[in-house]
Amino acid sequence: MNHSPLEIRGLSAAYQKKPVLRDISFTAPEGSLIGIIGPNGAGKSTLIKAVLGLIPRLSGDVTIYGKPYAQQRKIIGYVPQRESIDWDFPTSALDVVMMGRYGHLGWFRRPGGQERRMAMECLAKVGMSDYAGRQISQLSGGQQQRVFLARALAQDASLYFMDEPFVGVDAATEKAIITLLNELKQQGKTVLVVHHDLNTVKEYFDWVVLLNVQLVASGSVDSTFTADNLQRTYGGRLAILERDAHSELINQT
Amino acid sequence: MSDLWIIVTGALVASACGIVGCFLVLRKMAMIGDAISHSVLPGIVIAFLVSGSRDSLFMLLGAAGIGLVTVLLIQLIHQSGLQSDASIGVVFTALFAIGIILVSVYTRDIDLDLDCVLYGEIAYIPWNTLQLGSLDMGPKAVWGIGLALLLSVALIGIFYKQFKLTSFDPTFAAAVGIPVALFHYLLMSLVSVTTVASFESVGAILVVGMLVVPPATAYLLTDRLGRMMIYSVVIGCISSAAGYYAAQFLDASIAGSMVSTAGFLFVIALLFSPRHGVLLRKWKQRRILADAAAEPFV
Repeated sequence: MNHSPLEIRGLSAAYQKKPVLRDISFTAPEGSLIGIIGPNGAGKSTLIKAVLGLIPRLSGDVTIYGKPYAQQRKIIGYVPQRESIDWDFPTSALDVVMMGRYGHLGWFRRPGGQERRMAMECLAKVGMSDYAGRQISQLSGGQQQRVFLARALAQDASLYFMDEPFVGVDAATEKAIITLLNELKQQGKTVLVVHHDLNTVKEYFDWVVLLNVQLVASGSVDSTFTADNLQRTYGGRLAILERDAHSELINQT
Repeated sequence: MSDLWIIVTGALVASACGIVGCFLVLRKMAMIGDAISHSVLPGIVIAFLVSGSRDSLFMLLGAAGIGLVTVLLIQLIHQSGLQSDASIGVVFTALFAIGIILVSVYTRDIDLDLDCVLYGEIAYIPWNTLQLGSLDMGPKAVWGIGLALLLSVALIGIFYKQFKLTSFDPTFAAAVGIPVALFHYLLMSLVSVTTVASFESVGAILVVGMLVVPPATAYLLTDRLGRMMIYSVVIGCISSAAGYYAAQFLDASIAGSMVSTAGFLFVIALLFSPRHGVLLRKWKQRRILADAAAEPFV
């Protein structure tokens, strides 16, 4: 019964015949914050979409707690990339968070008082209770991201996928989000986050997946997030300054 | 009595179109309605040739079928790399042209001319009634469009959350297990059925206008999808009634007057809407500038 929250074996995926992921395999440890790291075009978002069945897989197996994705939808939470959202849609913050319950409601049940209460709780967790009635384009970037995080919380999942949740948010929101992710971890939940900022990787994550079309390395931050692995991931586009056993990374390009 | 029937028909068309039109506008597919209303012509002709009658049911099925083919073709061409507006243009003009050829080749001697099929006239509605035995059931068009409206209301009512989520955030909808493609084609079928049920009797201009103009007006007036749909229906019904009387007054085309009224209401909303209104935005900007000027620099 001790299945890993996410096990990927030999996963390949392509957008219009161009392979963007080749033969990815790793097993994510339960109750950890996992950073998915790699250069632009490395296939980080594609990895999440392939796992969630949003784009067709060419080959490979994905199991979530030992079962295929289609059977486990209700224990998965998802925060899509900001650009994929239509911010001018006539809908409020509370409405968006309630959408997190739609998958649980099945074909015919309508969202009601119970869903509304749960959505308000989730908005409170991200500090957005006061903005429940706002149309989403009238929120700041950080507030918008919090609303979409609240929607993922409303999914009440065990395994979360977040596509660049720190893009376009202010420092306060970034801190708030990471605190929340740590709370999820305390509850034994597993969170995979597509992440860009190499400077915060050691601070935020327990485990990393280094990706550049192929899997470069995966494992605990201490053993895997090394200068050598990063050079292989980014193909020598990084200058690495060793200072006191810590490595600081500066992007040259 | 005939006045009332014309207004009722106009209001039914406006309501049916206003409801599905909201989703078209929000999905940035407003021109799909225009495309379908033209490309169904070959479907209507084929249905006519197969069934040998101008029975509305066959026409409706044939047209709805071609409507779906249109949407499929547009998507196919778009996915293979052409811009979506260009794919819409290519598909509907090609199908419409095929329809014209079919009409001119096969129906030369029969009573199926283009004007009558595609540009029906709302003024004749009261006289084309449905007879059940010796009972006069009222105009045929009212029944046809009423049924299409009922179908839209029922399906969108039952699957409101699915239609909403697949329009707003299709990626997330797919991730939580909602069959996004199914609801896309369901919506397109509703658009086809609504379009065909309407334009045979009231004319394409009224259908295409009511699919886009009242939803666009409602979009300017509210921040909630549910209210947007209600406003859209109300605006459509007002346009239909006011347009009819304007047409009487001017002795002009009824469908044209109805759509023009809708256009007039849109301009009013564009200028005075509390959130998106042009005038209000200008006034707010001036206020901010005035406030800034009033405050002395430190």
